[in-house]
Amino acid sequence: MHSIMVVGMADREERRFAEVPRESVKLMSESAGVELSDELAALLAEDVCYRLREATQSSSQFMRHAKRRKLTVEDFNRALRWSNVEAIAGYGAQDALPFRPIKEGELFFVEDREINLVELALATNIPKGCAETMVRVNVSYLDGKGNLEPQGTVPSAVQTLSEDLLKYYQQVTRAILGEDPHLMKVALLDLQSNSKMAALLPYFVYVISGVKSVSHDLEQLNRLLHMVKSLVQNPYLYLGSYVRSLVSSVMYCILEPLAASINPLNDHWTLRDYAALLLSHIFWTHGDLVSGLYHQILLSLQKVLSDPVRPLCSHYGAVVGLHALGWKAVERVLYPHLPAYWSNLQAVLDDYSVSNAQVKADGHKVYGAILVAVERLLKMKALSLSLPAERGFGAQPGSGGVAGFRVSSPGLSPPPEPLSEAALGIASHLQGPGGAGTPWEDWTPVPLPAMYCELYSFFGDSLAVRLSTGPSLGGCPPSPPGPAANPDTARKMPQLTANLNVSPRQDGSPRPEPAPPSLAATRRNSSSRPGQRSVGPSRDVFPKARFPPPQAGPPAFSFLIGGRQTGRRCQGRRFQTSFSPAPPPSSAPPRTYAHKLPVIGRVGKPLRRWTCSHYSLHLPL
Amino acid sequence: FHRLFILLVHAHFISKMAAVQDGQVDLEVEKKEIKTETSNDGSGNNNANSSSPGSTSLGATSKSPTGPAEDQQTLLAVLQFLKRNKLNESVDILRREAGLSVEIDDSPGSASGGAGSGGASNSTVDGGDTNSLLSRVSIAIPAAPAVTAAPVPPKGLDQPDVNVVLSAYSQQGDPDLYPLYYNGLKKFIESVLDCHRAELSQVFYPLFVHMYLELVYNNHEVEAKQFFEKFSGDQECYYAEDLRILSGMTKKEHMKGNETMLDFRTSKFVLRISRDSYQLLKRHLQERQNNQIWNIIQEHLYIDIFDGMPRSKSQIDAMSGSLAGEAKRDANKTKVFYGLLKEPEIEVPLDDEDEEAENEEGKPKKKKPKKDSMGSKSKKQDPNAPQQTRIPLPELKDSDKLDKIMNMKEAAKKIRLGSDNLPSICFYTFLNAYQGLTAVDITDDSSLIAGGFADSTVRVWSVTPKKLRRVKSAADLSNIDKESDDVLERIMDEKTASESKILYGHSGPVYGISFSPDRNYLLSSSEDGTVRLWSLQTFTCLVGYKGHNYPVWDTQFSPYGYYFVSGGHDRVARLWATDHYQPLRMFAGHLADVTCTRFHPNSNYVATGSADRTIRLWDVLNGNCVRILTGHKGPIHSLAFSPNGKFMASGATDGRVLLWDIGHGLMIGELKGHTDTIYALRFSRDGEILASGSMDNTVKLWDTLKAFDDVELDDFTAATGHIHLPENSQELLLGSYTTKSTPVIHLHFTRRNLLLAAGAYNP
Repeated sequence: MHSIMVVGMADREERRFAEVPRESVKLMSESAGVELSDELAALLAEDVCYRLREATQSSSQFMRHAKRRKLTVEDFNRALRWSNVEAIAGYGAQDALPFRPIKEGELFFVEDREINLVELALATNIPKGCAETMVRVNVSYLDGKGNLEPQGTVPSAVQTLSEDLLKYYQQVTRAILGEDPHLMKVALLDLQSNSKMAALLPYFVYVISGVKSVSHDLEQLNRLLHMVKSLVQNPYLYLGSYVRSLVSSVMYCILEPLAASINPLNDHWTLRDYAALLLSHIFWTHGDLVSGLYHQILLSLQKVLSDPVRPLCSHYGAVVGLHALGWKAVERVLYPHLPAYWSNLQAVLDDYSVSNAQVKADGHKVYGAILVAVERLLKMKALSLSLPAERGFGAQPGSGGVAGFRVSSPGLSPPPEPLSEAALGIASHLQGPGGAGTPWEDWTPVPLPAMYCELYSFFGDSLAVRLSTGPSLGGCPPSPPGPAANPDTARKMPQLTANLNVSPRQDGSPRPEPAPPSLAATRRNSSSRPGQRSVGPSRDVFPKARFPPPQAGPPAFSFLIGGRQTGRRCQGRRFQTSFSPAPPPSSAPPRTYAHKLPVIGRVGKPLRRWTCSHYSLHLPL
Repeated sequence: FHRLFILLVHAHFISKMAAVQDGQVDLEVEKKEIKTETSNDGSGNNNANSSSPGSTSLGATSKSPTGPAEDQQTLLAVLQFLKRNKLNESVDILRREAGLSVEIDDSPGSASGGAGSGGASNSTVDGGDTNSLLSRVSIAIPAAPAVTAAPVPPKGLDQPDVNVVLSAYSQQGDPDLYPLYYNGLKKFIESVLDCHRAELSQVFYPLFVHMYLELVYNNHEVEAKQFFEKFSGDQECYYAEDLRILSGMTKKEHMKGNETMLDFRTSKFVLRISRDSYQLLKRHLQERQNNQIWNIIQEHLYIDIFDGMPRSKSQIDAMSGSLAGEAKRDANKTKVFYGLLKEPEIEVPLDDEDEEAENEEGKPKKKKPKKDSMGSKSKKQDPNAPQQTRIPLPELKDSDKLDKIMNMKEAAKKIRLGSDNLPSICFYTFLNAYQGLTAVDITDDSSLIAGGFADSTVRVWSVTPKKLRRVKSAADLSNIDKESDDVLERIMDEKTASESKILYGHSGPVYGISFSPDRNYLLSSSEDGTVRLWSLQTFTCLVGYKGHNYPVWDTQFSPYGYYFVSGGHDRVARLWATDHYQPLRMFAGHLADVTCTRFHPNSNYVATGSADRTIRLWDVLNGNCVRILTGHKGPIHSLAFSPNGKFMASGATDGRVLLWDIGHGLMIGELKGHTDTIYALRFSRDGEILASGSMDNTVKLWDTLKAFDDVELDDFTAATGHIHLPENSQELLLGSYTTKSTPVIHLHFTRRNLLLAAGAYNP
């Protein structure tokens, strides 16, 4: 009943206080069963007002001593209690109580809803109680002049920037990270060409280093990477040591198991691909700014690759990263590590359980990435070998844009192509002990045939498929020397024909069907009995670069690429154990791997493709 | 209860004044009389006796008309009152005149002397609270006719007659003339020379209040209202708060219960006016035969006349603002021993032993600070310091000595602060303090932090990795080897180790909290009227000190431990010793709540800030009020002494920090910048920096060195107390640091001069 109070308008011109009019007093007394005369009610009303004011006054003291700004009901109650007046119960809530008017009549009341106790008692969302009161410390470090010292890495020096720059910084970051794609494009373009924002570089780099905090948001990661790209492309910026910071941010996108990858629907693969591309771009354009950067990148990629605990997406990142860094990187890191890695990957791919489905899908991704990488490795290596031998059809013009690069003498110096290791000998960088178990020191380039042979043992003819999809290398040899090659081509079967042509001066014709294992033998033979297999000068691609000019014509090696493309979905992975047509007894190392891969991929189809592989195995190596 | 005496005594004065009214008391004589009075009481009442030609006549005049039995009792009360205020001369004279033998003076505990005796003895009688008393009084009023000519004799000690006090207003004039009188005076003051105008304008506010109250008292409600509306706008803005209260009082009945107004009437409003200005005023009023105003000035105002230049407006404004006007000049004349006590010599063997045992490298380092800090203090006695044994201090325990050594070691590593070298600030934010953080304290060595909460709890945190542990139970304690070296470690119960402990015991919000210097005890004062002493060894309550009966707003340990002071809503500050359940001293005199209490670094004085907008400094030895400092325009919520004991800073709800010179009793600085109540003030360890923390979520640092230097204190200003404050707040402000949303309610400088601040996050 105390909740209803009529607050009347006092008829004085100036009102200082809320007043309780005598009507309210009469109303209340009536409800208490007492009749009051008007006079009495007016007197009482006035006194009540005064007492209320008095209580309010003293209640403010309790508020002040409680060091609060807000007067609470509790303060008022304390004031009442200390002046020997009964306190008001039921208004202890911390929140403000809604005070409502009723339209007809100037009636105001405090809303007092009924509470369903049963509902409250049976409620399932039991509050956990409030958190423990605790003390937290923050420190403001002041320098001599009383300015706050920067804390952490926050660029406090932003304040020293000019107003315009600050505005530009805010606008650009807001645009890039904001919602409007058009704005973002404009901002990125400006970032790419603005010549006056060098002072802001550290702040942008700082913003970019925020990738770690948005690893759940692919979109933001993408935007940040675009920002990196713009910065890298800006010709007016000298990145200096910030390259390292940028690289680490990019590497984060490539290698880390981003929070976004938890959801398989998120296409973090593309992000990793893009980041890898960016990495190579930074490296090729600004790699000279930081010494040892290449080495560091390779090491960290290798570390990820050799860490079996890392998720597959990280491995994928490492592979695409290596791929982006060039074929030499692949050759130096990925290729030697492949045997060790393969067993892990294989285990994943062999698990057909439902729970493994997602991991397996990821495994396929990695598999594909490796395949792409080694394919290029093979191609580039072949190319690098083929070119120094200018003779014959090594120098075929117009073949897919890769033609025309030269390999200077020992095959380790990269060609002057933008995406190759510009003046950076790989071996010179990789001095540290490799995690892959490959001793860097005594690393010797594996000759192409051996490499191919080994890779083939992993990928089977999918390797061939992949190779065939690429741009033809150095043009197809007009006529494969082996008789077996021709029917293959004719049948449009996917194939790669690598011809090791023995010098025409010796044999005049290559062996028609050398089994893969014989490749190793061939190599050995070529060094031991070089004169035996001399290739015609026109096909002398293979050994010229690697081996000192042989006395006799060195064995020539060339690929014959032909046949049908099998699409890009790595169906070539279907791989068969039984190399029935060619089980050479001497093929020790590759076979061991091959045996470990009984059936990878779908089981349904291999039988149909059996023949294909059969044919492709009959490579005239 | 103290007030009852005031009322009683006042009653006599009024009766006496009525008697001497015709005799035209010469004001000049009056002044001389006051000046011969060396002592001051807090209530501002003792001057009343000087309104008669000599205090000797006091006893006689008040005695004669009353009956013998009542008279005896009254006389005793007056005697006691005089004694309490150290008016020993008057006591003697009165006694001689009244023919009382010394034996009659049977006031218990009088041997202990000082205010403490009076307070302690009376607090036992003080059963009912003041409110009920007052209500009894107000019932009695209609029965007793308010006649001034025949003073109503007091009815006894436990039932004083407030009625008599109020009756001062009953000499009524024509209510319609009040505005005319006021207006006349206003016109006159506006027409005088500029140099006098500012001084004479001071009369407006007290005059206005008293005229209004007279109108209200005599039931001229409508006239009172009109009077208020007409002239309230003329008053200084810093009286707005009081005017609001005043405007609420429109009935005679309202006046009876309102304690603030009761104080306003019982105490005289103090004005300082130069002789020239005063003569002007006097002449004007006498020419006009304006008795109404003249009566008010005589009865309710105390005009402190000084020779010399009239003060300027800014000088007056700086000092005014308190509930009862400025302090009388004599109030601040007592010598205050503000110097520091000699540091006790710490025996070198203990020192060296400790050093050798712990690290030998520290040894040469140790020597140096000893020479610096100890030597200067101990060798030559500060001329301003009190005698070492002026008040008995507890003896140093071994642990205290160890702590002192630690303190000195830390002090050697102290950063020298200054305007070009500000301290870093470390903020302790209380999170999830839904209960409402109301008080914080940090130990001197900054190892513990305690919070008082509105939910009656006290929480203690350890801010070092060292956890808080309880002493084992008695049964377990009997099992430990008492001879072992690490017995102090063994008595602790490892199972109870935790980062924080909660102390339950109060039944109301905890408004004040203070660690003992040795970190063994914690004091807390609460709304429930008690001060509690907690052990930080067992984390239990040891004593509940009852005496205030009303909310206790603040408490603080003496810097030497053992003593502590508390102050609260009952307007009395009390001095306690931890081993006495009753107070040793009661410091009465504030006209409103005692809001904060601080010990002087030498432990011989206690400063109290009050809601009456004054600061008082009390002598612990005899309970006298030795300084009354006015100038704040709002309740004072924080006080801090400078480490050398020479200066004091105070902060109030008006958002200003005022700096005081204790020796001269002068305001020497005003620091403007905060926009809300200042709840925390602290000087750095060397006193170069003053940190202030406020409700406005900022910590500000001030250059006190410069502030103290900028003030030129020549003999004249020191003598008159009229100082020109430089307007240099902006230059003195060294930095302002904002929290996110945390009012700053405590500040502390570590021994190395890092600034710690604390407050509860207020989302």
